[in-house]
Amino acid sequence: MTARIGVVTFPGSLDDRDTQRAIRLAGAEPVALWHKDKDLHQVDAVVLPGGFSYGDYLRAGAISRFSPVMETVIEQAKAGLPVLGICNGFQILTEAHLLPGGMLGNDHLHFICRDQKLRVENTSSAWTVDYSAGQEIHIPLKNMDGRYVADEYTLDKLEAEGRVAFRYVDFNPNGSLRDIAGITNEAGNVVGLMPHPEHAVEPLIGSGRTDGLPFFTSILKKLVNA
Amino acid sequence: MSRTPLDTVEHAAATPDVELPWAELGLKKDEYERVVEILGRRPTGAELAMYSVMWSEHCSYKSSKVHLRQFGEKAPQSDAMLVGIGENAGVVDVGQGYAVTFKVESHNHPSYVEPYQGAATGVGGIVRDIIAMGARPVAVVDPLRMGAADHPDTKRVLPGVVAGIGGYGNCLGLPNIGGEVVFDACYQGNPLVNAGAIGVMRHEDIHLAKASGAGNKVIMYGARTGGDGIGGASILASETFDDAKPSKRPAVQVGDPFQEKLLIECTLEAFKEKLVVGIQDLGAAGISCATSELASNGSGGMRVTLDDVPLRDSTLSPEEILMSESQERMCAVVEPEKVDRFLEICDKWDVIATVIGEVTEGDRLEIFWHGEKIVDVDPRTVAHEGPTYERPYARPSWQDELQADDANKLPRPATSQELKDQVLKLVASPNQASKKWITSQYDHFVQGNTVLAQPEDSGMIRIDEETGLGVAIATDGNGRYAKLDPYTGAQLALAEAYRNVATTGAKPLAVSDCLNFGSPEDPAVMWQFAEAVRGLADGCLQLGTPVTGGNVSLYNQTGEAAIHPTPVVAVLGVIDDVARRTPVAFQEEGQLLYLLGDTREEFGGSAWSQVVHDHLGGLPPKVDLERERLLAEILISASRDGMIDSAHDLSDGGLIQAVVESALLGGKGARLVVPDGLDAFTFLFSESAGRAVVAVPRSEEVRFNDMCGARGLPVTRIGVVDGETVEIQGEFALSLEELKKAHEETIPALLA
Repeated sequence: MTARIGVVTFPGSLDDRDTQRAIRLAGAEPVALWHKDKDLHQVDAVVLPGGFSYGDYLRAGAISRFSPVMETVIEQAKAGLPVLGICNGFQILTEAHLLPGGMLGNDHLHFICRDQKLRVENTSSAWTVDYSAGQEIHIPLKNMDGRYVADEYTLDKLEAEGRVAFRYVDFNPNGSLRDIAGITNEAGNVVGLMPHPEHAVEPLIGSGRTDGLPFFTSILKKLVNA
Repeated sequence: MSRTPLDTVEHAAATPDVELPWAELGLKKDEYERVVEILGRRPTGAELAMYSVMWSEHCSYKSSKVHLRQFGEKAPQSDAMLVGIGENAGVVDVGQGYAVTFKVESHNHPSYVEPYQGAATGVGGIVRDIIAMGARPVAVVDPLRMGAADHPDTKRVLPGVVAGIGGYGNCLGLPNIGGEVVFDACYQGNPLVNAGAIGVMRHEDIHLAKASGAGNKVIMYGARTGGDGIGGASILASETFDDAKPSKRPAVQVGDPFQEKLLIECTLEAFKEKLVVGIQDLGAAGISCATSELASNGSGGMRVTLDDVPLRDSTLSPEEILMSESQERMCAVVEPEKVDRFLEICDKWDVIATVIGEVTEGDRLEIFWHGEKIVDVDPRTVAHEGPTYERPYARPSWQDELQADDANKLPRPATSQELKDQVLKLVASPNQASKKWITSQYDHFVQGNTVLAQPEDSGMIRIDEETGLGVAIATDGNGRYAKLDPYTGAQLALAEAYRNVATTGAKPLAVSDCLNFGSPEDPAVMWQFAEAVRGLADGCLQLGTPVTGGNVSLYNQTGEAAIHPTPVVAVLGVIDDVARRTPVAFQEEGQLLYLLGDTREEFGGSAWSQVVHDHLGGLPPKVDLERERLLAEILISASRDGMIDSAHDLSDGGLIQAVVESALLGGKGARLVVPDGLDAFTFLFSESAGRAVVAVPRSEEVRFNDMCGARGLPVTRIGVVDGETVEIQGEFALSLEELKKAHEETIPALLA
């Protein structure tokens, strides 16, 4: 039996199907989860996909964080359930205080869509073990509110604890502090990032690279070996 | 506060002498008289509201339809066509049980008034057309025409339009995979914001806009109806003074992409469970349009209780409700026993849904308000039997003079240095420069099926993950060519889009168009329109690609100055396996560059004549559609059989523009040799149609040459992919770095 990985669909989620595809391509079984349903249906891990949940109204992720499914996700994440938040999912994770800091509008005030170069800085989290430390990868990025911010104390703490998982290389696309593209929680089971690994899993499609696939093979390896 | 009595049908019959503000609503005197004749009495205010919007140029095509008939009359035999002109969008068979629907529309005037919302709701409208056919939308494209790049107002309009397209489309989760941005002073004050969309479905899922089956329920779902986009209808609100009511209402609609995203998911789920008999989106003319079209396309009549329409503003009059163009609304016809399930699905997606009426036995569309009948019409007279005009048209007096002003006689570069300077100037000019600043504001990755996106020759989407089946779309239209000769200009637009689709390896199947012109009341404009339609219809017949639908936008004119006639043509193609697609970028050093087709001295309307001489005159390049078809066949075969690794169509800017783009995208230079019989200038800048540049791996050289030779396509070896420069032997070399700077810095400098 392979691992079952849940993908939550909120109203306004956009990359839920793409994430399910990426999970399938990695060899795991994707399970669709619904925002109004508290039940996680015995999944082994959860992905909060990208999109504009609730239209990003009020503030990106601010409303979704209160949805019924998130009650269970928050509770179980604290107990060790692996959770990955991509883009809007990352925003939801910060709103839910599963990850520190928050996201502001891009410093240039435009939506930006590009194939972004990143450096992998943490290879011990549930979602990054299949990368090598310092590895440079290209992952599509597309967002309006992608500027990661936190206070100096938090940033220093993240750095000191090795919890900056990904950093933008060559070009900071949104003004994120310390070029931070993604972070993990202390336990390493919760990871959030702005770029979209699910759009880099097939050689012909999107960016034409498969640099995002290790996210999904990492979790599979972790779960199957557990 | 005083309010005149409700203008019911009964009241209208009893008060034949009441004057109605038909002129303020845009009806002509004879049109109003025709309404009275149809009804056998004066219309009620509500009926007048319906007729006035449905008989408007925008909804009725009254000036254009005598010409548009040619698209039907000259339609080529095509097995691919499943649904043709007249529905929300045309549908084409792409094989393996899949059908694709696509359409291009304009949202020009609203986008000038309010760039962000105008452009955003343009995307919203075209996407609803696609879902109304039963399809899941899979991509959008946005052909734009703006005023001069350095005009201050362009900096107001274009960034707003781009943000609106991105803001709406990105939030819907639709990859933006194509389109163009063209600057020309003729669009100052009349920018063109066209929007296209593609949707995919299985054959059995095709839905049509018709209300059949007496007793079936009419359900409105989506956003509440508000006072936006009403235009002239407020005149009909019959109170004399009312403090409680907002008096000024925006004529431009406001979009809510989040609501539309819910509408897409909820509609597709209802389709999946086969709950829908007929469906129509609410766009221009709102409920007036949806109810009259559904009823007139179906077999029965329809009774609607307007009180049941969910409102955002409870003070709206029935006339305003009928005319409101509030966005993100749909109307479905559902069998009574399936209504509960339909409403359940809407509830799941938090979409408001209300039964507002039912299909009736008769043939009347009856609308009630507070229990009284305010509309009683034959829906066909509203939706389909509007006025038709044979507008006078005449070749303008200045056309001969314009054509006589031959661009081929313009001074040409005299030295290699001048040639080099002009190349740099060309690739840096706003129209030829990289549009990355714009397209990077659009999501082109979402849905995970994007194979090619701009700046590729056509956008390409995979539609089946197992087989790799895909579709490609390209939009093109050169107003400068069309101004010089609208018949040829329209055919050149078709030829270019057709070629662009083939260049990526897809087989062109069908056409949609957005015809943007000035005022139809000007005989010169009407002649341009008539010529363009004739050219396009003739061209489609010859290429075997039927027109499946489209849109006409007239009155793109300020005072006497009309825009260049701008027929924008979208060609849809199919590719059996997207793995065989051919990109623009050079892939490998050492590959051989071949020029396909004939190069002639053709500079009329060219980018060179515009950039270097600010000139527009002479004749556009010649069109040879048989040659286009042969070139397309060669490009498709070569893609399928792995004979070429990159390909780029030649169009505005000529060969040098194409080579520079392929080089910059691939990060690899090229060494070119001017072929025998051509001078360097003509080789680099000519815009002869029916041409492409391809890169052939050395191992395929013989096979590729043999294929071209056997089929009679002229093929010339012009160089090799190599190094860090684009070099024209014996003339000049430009480093990729220098070219990149020139090509990529222009647009951000103007707009950012």
